[in-house]
Amino acid sequence: MLPETPAQTAGPYVHIGTFPYAAGLTIGWNARLHELVRDKEPGEHIEINGMIYDGGNAPVTDAMIELWQADTNGGFHRSSFPGWGRAVSDFTTGEWTFRTVRPGPVLRRDGSVMAPHIMLAIFARGVNGHLSTLMYFPDDPDANSRDPILSALEPARRVTLVAKRQPNAEIHSYRFDIFLQGDSETVFFNI
Amino acid sequence: MTLELLEGHPVHRLASRYYDRDLRIQPVRHDPLYASTLLRSPTHPPLAVGETIADLSGPVFGHLKPGPLDNDLIGNFASGGLALGERIIIHGTVQDQNGRPVPETLIEIWQANAGGRYRHVRDGYLAPLDPNFSGCGRCLTDRDGRYTFKTIRPGPYPFKNGGCAWRPSHIHFSVFGATFTQRLVTQAYFEGDPLIPLCPIANTIKDPRALRTLVATLDMSAAIEFDALAYRFDIVLRGRHATFFENRTEGV
Ligand SMILES: [Fe+2]
Repeated sequence: MLPETPAQTAGPYVHIGTFPYAAGLTIGWNARLHELVRDKEPGEHIEINGMIYDGGNAPVTDAMIELWQADTNGGFHRSSFPGWGRAVSDFTTGEWTFRTVRPGPVLRRDGSVMAPHIMLAIFARGVNGHLSTLMYFPDDPDANSRDPILSALEPARRVTLVAKRQPNAEIHSYRFDIFLQGDSETVFFNI
Repeated sequence: MTLELLEGHPVHRLASRYYDRDLRIQPVRHDPLYASTLLRSPTHPPLAVGETIADLSGPVFGHLKPGPLDNDLIGNFASGGLALGERIIIHGTVQDQNGRPVPETLIEIWQANAGGRYRHVRDGYLAPLDPNFSGCGRCLTDRDGRYTFKTIRPGPYPFKNGGCAWRPSHIHFSVFGATFTQRLVTQAYFEGDPLIPLCPIANTIKDPRALRTLVATLDMSAAIEFDALAYRFDIVLRGRHATFFENRTEGV
């Protein structure tokens, strides 16, 4: 078996290659990778936003965040829905945003069912290999309590993976702040 | 949502387990020598987890038709001239740990110019921007997992780390693979660069053999006469355990 190529930090200029518009460039990807849905996309449209905080409680303002999720029926690549997106922490505030659909539950090969959730991966200076976490929804505590990953966590850590509903007149909106260190350190997985 | 509906996913039945990521060859997360890790490295070790949606599928980019100059960083930002610097080809293969090529996967690269300056609103290093160089490139691997970029060799640059810290010449690489589990972001260094052993970031990888796999080697067989030198950088993504599904052999 060959050894895997090791990771290195994406560095502070990750945007040049992965989100050139944010770096001030006009080539490569366009600006809208954080919007996975157009108006007619089936499913419930949602918005997710948040910040990433470092161990000194300062917002991380140079991260690139990738999103990976199932479609509204819990499937992948069965429609035009890409399931994948990218966002950038605002260079001043650190705020990032995605617009997507609420994913359906996903069946594992062992027959267990994962509650609706979204995978996020953080790439940034000082992060030597990307950090992977899972965001669950607060609206369905029953499904969450049966989720094989979430239910295996102790309650104090489990709460770090559940987004908070926030008021928004136009769209169902969720807040998911990520803490790299500290008392409320987010659970990161060896994915 | 009923189970019958969920069971219609052929991709789930095809998926088999990946080898666990060998953390011994990966960079350490917290490293006093690389100051930025101090407040950005989680204190809990990454939690082992069973199958996730990252094992089941991943983004595909086969529909993406990169432009003819997307993998030519000498030409893709040219405005009346060509990028300055030592002209090079960097090329190689993307395969998994079982030695199987990873075809049609997206590779994105970014790098500083020949003077060590990034074309980024946040880079204020003394070295000037090159009006003909963006440092942004991308391509899809071919059916045999091969890729190639034409570019200039990036210059070293200093970075804030407390003291006199310099990055060796390097190109940042982002690779997707077939599923999100194979996702990799790394950096390629250049054979013989004396800054590699001094670099706090390169040396977050504590296994010297693992660090050597990030060093691109001079490859005269791919050099272009009177045009460009060539370096070879091969990439290995995570592989899967052997298993049989739908008459297809996966893994070794
Ligand atoms: Fe860099």
